[in-house]
Amino acid sequence: MSAPSYSIPGVVSAAPTGPVERAADAAASMALVDSGARSVAQVLAQSQVEDVLAELERDLVGLAPVKARIRDIAALLVIDKLRINLGLTSQAPSLHMSFTGNPGTGKTTVAMRMAQILHRLGYVRKGHLVAVTRDDLVGQYIGHTAPKTKEVLKKAMGGVLFIDEAYYLYRPENERDYGQEAIEILLQVMENQRDDLVVILAGYKDRMDTFFQSNPGMSSRIAHHLDFPDYSVDELMQISGKMLGTQNYRFGPGAAEAFDRYLQLRIGQPHFANARSVRNALDRARLRQASRLFAERDRELTRDDLTTIEAQDILASRLFKTE
Amino acid sequence: MMTNPTGRLTQGQFSFLPDLTDAEITLQIEYGLKKGYAWSVEYTDDPHPRNTYWEMFGMPMFDLQDAAGVLMEVKNCRKSFPSHYIRLMAFDSTRGVESIVMSFIVNRPKDEPGFMLERQEMQGRSLRYTTRGYGADKPEGKRY
Repeated sequence: MSAPSYSIPGVVSAAPTGPVERAADAAASMALVDSGARSVAQVLAQSQVEDVLAELERDLVGLAPVKARIRDIAALLVIDKLRINLGLTSQAPSLHMSFTGNPGTGKTTVAMRMAQILHRLGYVRKGHLVAVTRDDLVGQYIGHTAPKTKEVLKKAMGGVLFIDEAYYLYRPENERDYGQEAIEILLQVMENQRDDLVVILAGYKDRMDTFFQSNPGMSSRIAHHLDFPDYSVDELMQISGKMLGTQNYRFGPGAAEAFDRYLQLRIGQPHFANARSVRNALDRARLRQASRLFAERDRELTRDDLTTIEAQDILASRLFKTE
Repeated sequence: MMTNPTGRLTQGQFSFLPDLTDAEITLQIEYGLKKGYAWSVEYTDDPHPRNTYWEMFGMPMFDLQDAAGVLMEVKNCRKSFPSHYIRLMAFDSTRGVESIVMSFIVNRPKDEPGFMLERQEMQGRSLRYTTRGYGADKPEGKRY
């Protein structure tokens, strides 16, 4: 009864703090637990790495260099686990990335997936994605930029910060531009809190190159520079098939061939934006299909009618008229 | 009589326990975030029990997912005010609650003299009481 229910600092008995500390340690470093696995197969069985890779292979068309890099990162995680099990030290790798490529090559799509992938591989704790552009990071007057950038960084902690069109951050023509301040804060956090946050910068190749040239610090802190290649016609056809599938549409007889021909013509045209152009073309085809069905007032429409895009819907495109 | 048995300020949660380590603070923050609370950091060098409003260190942090962001602010605040009292507060924005639901001290000065009970003699034999921090004599910023 005489013993107080609290412990006075300095005269603490060691016993009650034990479990709390152990729980805290476990939460702080999930990856550092010896799971007893000694072979790659055992680690794979305990993690979701293989599911992640299979899903990636299934859902994303083409993008060989990107998939290869994700496979490397996954492999490192597995080997790190084995190293930890044998008591070897392993440091969390720097995972900041830059995605460069032409419009519509899947930079944003992959970034969205990346947060999920890294979370399932165990590199980020929460696996959410915070997508921002220059407006969200750079303030409008002196003293506005730092709190704004920090707020975004805090929101992104435990997940992935995706900066789209990152080259806009740096405006060389205006030396008093606040973008530089945002870049400096970014760099500091990218360096000091590598295990709290993964930063992905994305943008068009040529502009990102000049951005990195004028910010060598940024370039050297990014370990993974991934270049997204343009898609071939075959890959674009696969993509269109997937896009139609998710919207419950399909090509009718001859429509796939017509779309193939459309793509071959479209690639040569200016402002071709890879998958984005495919999506726009399909959207237009859906519009034409809708007005074709709309014209036949008295016909009873079946499920097939409503889901099929016919060759004529595609051949009505302006591209074929110039041939 | 001992009026300050632990030699330390006891306000908010966990104040009778030894100081929380950063790992333990992280767990508390995680708990709050899971409940959807918004954390904020406040500091003061006048910890009088009636001093409800401490100085805000930055804005309250809404829409956070991970404790690392809050802990970063705590560390920044500790760097700026190493010998002030710093507390973390969690705001619950649920309609009808809309108030602070968690609050605990994450930094305190090395030496905490505590408070004295002042007695003012009035007419007859009546007394008026007031508490005054021993540290509060000096001007702001030089107290601890």
